[in-house]
Amino acid sequence: MKTRFHKEHIIGALGLAMLSYGSWMGLFVVPPMSHFQEVGRIFFIHVPTAWNSLLVLTGSFILAVGVLINRRAGWDAALTASVEVGVLYTVMLLVQGSIWARPTFNTWWTWDPRLLTAAILLVAFAGVLSLRSFAEGRDRRMVWTAAATIVAYVDVPIVYFIVNWLPRGIHQPHSFPSTVSSDYHTALRLNAFAMLFIAIWFIARRTRVILLQDAGTAMSAPPPAETGSDGKPMVAGVEG
Amino acid sequence: MNVLSQCWAVLAKDILLDLRGSSRLTAVLFFAMMTLLLFSFGSEPDPESMRRHAAGYLWLALLLSSVLALGESFRSEVEDEALEGLRLLPVDPRALFYGKALSNTLFLLVLATILLPLSLGLYGAEVRGSLTSLIGFIILGTAGLAAPGCLYAAMTSQARGQDVLLPLLLFPLVVPVLIACVKGTGLCLSGDAMGQASSLLSVVATFDLVYWSVCGLLFGKVIDE
Repeated sequence: MKTRFHKEHIIGALGLAMLSYGSWMGLFVVPPMSHFQEVGRIFFIHVPTAWNSLLVLTGSFILAVGVLINRRAGWDAALTASVEVGVLYTVMLLVQGSIWARPTFNTWWTWDPRLLTAAILLVAFAGVLSLRSFAEGRDRRMVWTAAATIVAYVDVPIVYFIVNWLPRGIHQPHSFPSTVSSDYHTALRLNAFAMLFIAIWFIARRTRVILLQDAGTAMSAPPPAETGSDGKPMVAGVEG
Repeated sequence: MNVLSQCWAVLAKDILLDLRGSSRLTAVLFFAMMTLLLFSFGSEPDPESMRRHAAGYLWLALLLSSVLALGESFRSEVEDEALEGLRLLPVDPRALFYGKALSNTLFLLVLATILLPLSLGLYGAEVRGSLTSLIGFIILGTAGLAAPGCLYAAMTSQARGQDVLLPLLLFPLVVPVLIACVKGTGLCLSGDAMGQASSLLSVVATFDLVYWSVCGLLFGKVIDE
């Protein structure tokens, strides 16, 4: 059987190549950070993951609004795929944060407002996926996923702004080009775009798989029972 | 019949149902009392520690009870296709939502009114700060639990695994309201020397505004499916 080449693989390959180059720069080329030394090099993957997790979930919110307006299966599949990738990136974010916190602050986890809100964000969107898995019927699943995504999105601005509102935790303020040494800009930007391209690649692949699964489910569903003139189901074409 | 009258009709129907059969309030109240007692097993029953955490325990008991109350409120709507019947009537979905959300807010308010003196007595706390602010936190906090709770309960009551799904969806969403209410209620109990309660009240009010408007907009779409 001939396998078709899908265009999203080009974006994925570009993302992987950029991530490899950006990570090589971050690990071996740029000078170590003044405060965190060598362990601070995880910054080059942690910060792009943080940016992209919020960006992907923002994309999910836009798709959710679109689903409620147009009710298209393709949008619904893309919405589910983007929530899944958003959840994956948030898990990666928390794991990377813990790996960084252990040697730096001597703890895997602390009740820092940023950490807490990010963990809550993860549970909120995991809840959306659970709701989807429990909902029966294509239209119901579509609308409920979209509605729950829109409500869960309330947490995203909180995660972003919490370091400004409650700056007492161990997490440092937002990382911008103005707050980061210019030595680190290239590696950081490369990895940020790489993580974005990889997210787009994953979302496109998952969207295809979800659409195929839905089509397979629709094909394997039993046809509606034939009914006779009296409205009762027929057995082998005979009214009973 | 305009939206307000329809909303009032839904609210009056729920109040009447609760007055005729008080089983929901009794069951939820005893559950909340049990949780207030259970919290003492989580740590050393040191009077000073219990007094310091009284506000947190009160709000956690309210949060856990709200899941039961909301689930039960929509279970009665789903049984015998009652919600289906309401949808067939020329009723604005917003009226349905705001009626249900108001009735659940009232229910949680009644529950909080009973639990507050009970928790003060159990944990040895007293109101040293502003009583008005404390009432404000109770009203706005219960409203903050009821609005998203109603939207989620409307969905989960029609899904498999409803008992797992409602808390899974509701708890992460109401965390900001819960944090502000615990901190604000704690200040009302211990004394608010820095005058922080008003800013925390405005945080809860802002979240209420977001929840009540967003959930009101989405409710119609959710029950149409």
